[in-house]
Amino acid sequence: MALTREQMAQRVARELRDGYYVNLGIGIPTLVANYIPDGIEVMLQSENGLLGMGPFPTESEIDADLINAGKQTVTARKGASIFSSVESFAMIRGGHVDLTVLGAFEVDVHGNIASWMVPGKLVKGMGGAMDLVAGADNIIVTMTHAGKAGDSKLLPECSLPLTGAGCIKRVLTDLAYLEIENGAFILKERAPGVSVDEIVSKTAGKLIVPDEVPEMRF
Amino acid sequence: MRPAGPNWAMRVPIFRGQQATGSSMAGFDKRVGSYEQALEGLTDGMTVLAGGFGLCGIPENLIAQIRRMGVTGLTVVSNNCGVDGFGLGVLLEQRQIKKMIASYVGENAEFERQLLSGELEVVLTPQGTLAEKMRAGGAGIPAFYTATGYGTQIGEGKESRSFGGRHYILEESITGDFAIVKGWKADWYGNVIYRHTAQNFNPAVATAGRITVVEVEEIVPPGTLDPAQIHTPGIYVDRLIQGSFEKRIEKRTVRS
Repeated sequence: MALTREQMAQRVARELRDGYYVNLGIGIPTLVANYIPDGIEVMLQSENGLLGMGPFPTESEIDADLINAGKQTVTARKGASIFSSVESFAMIRGGHVDLTVLGAFEVDVHGNIASWMVPGKLVKGMGGAMDLVAGADNIIVTMTHAGKAGDSKLLPECSLPLTGAGCIKRVLTDLAYLEIENGAFILKERAPGVSVDEIVSKTAGKLIVPDEVPEMRF
Repeated sequence: MRPAGPNWAMRVPIFRGQQATGSSMAGFDKRVGSYEQALEGLTDGMTVLAGGFGLCGIPENLIAQIRRMGVTGLTVVSNNCGVDGFGLGVLLEQRQIKKMIASYVGENAEFERQLLSGELEVVLTPQGTLAEKMRAGGAGIPAFYTATGYGTQIGEGKESRSFGGRHYILEESITGDFAIVKGWKADWYGNVIYRHTAQNFNPAVATAGRITVVEVEEIVPPGTLDPAQIHTPGIYVDRLIQGSFEKRIEKRTVRS
């Protein structure tokens, strides 16, 4: 079975480490905040200028002056700090954020990522995505392995306009966890009940399959 | 857009307004008596930098005043472009914006319509690059190298250079004829403090206007604010006004 959105978030959350500053993108990455392992502390960075993002507010806590990068009302946790957009992107571009998780339309074997525009459709903008992928060393991309028609999103070469070049090393799809190295995807783990054959058939870019590909457990 | 640098020497506030106190420290008293005075001198074709992220921390009354003034052909630099009927969206409705420099737009139907019909020119700019362009502009730095956008459409046609084996593109800084800023509290001298994430682009914007206009929720006498807690020192601020704010929430999310 392909992973649900919640399982994908759960799997990513296992990469969190105590003391990490983490930026979570919109969509599945946001759900990662619900699965922070017990006993570790992480600070969530929101690029509009908040380090230490807390849960959504209660009705009485709502404050129009406190939002996240998705423009949703949020709270600030104990130990949070708030700053300008300049400071926020100094953190991001200066490589100070320990882990960045974001979604994508496509990734390729060179570590290129396309996530911000589909030609012919209305382009809303890249927001902070180009800064995040250029500034971070440790990035996990979350995406579905293939489109509804079975078309692979793990490619020899991205077909859509890039968000960043050569910056992605790790990808979690609904079928597998893969790493990118020396121009190939390396299959590290597979979703429970998903066969290696299915992953091979849905990966258009060069794929290296080790002898042992463990199943994820939940 | 005005290049940073030499022009800075000519930075003369056109108008500081009537010093509401008439006291002897009027030279540093940035207060003006009305929104008309706050934006006096803004004319067709100028570049306006605006603070805010989404609808959070936007100078909503100054935007409304630009709408009342009816100036057109504006280049507006702001992370976003408001929504239908609020924020910078109201300037779109009146066809006052010719060119928009932003990182994420299209939360409003009117924006989409004008973009597709070719009435509006849009320059999409990565958010961190946009912030840094204004920071650099305000600091007299004409351009800077950044890795953001290298190898993408954003880097096309831009000078690139390698430092330490990594590729960077050259991005030019931004300054504006006017900067419009929303603060929380300020003293008469124009020392400004922002509240929570309503800070966002406002401090960078405040540094990069030839005329910087700040509207706040409360103006307090000098000496009231802790000097070490000031976000925007008064040196950047030319005009200051107190307003009342709707503070519309774009996405109201609560936990149960």
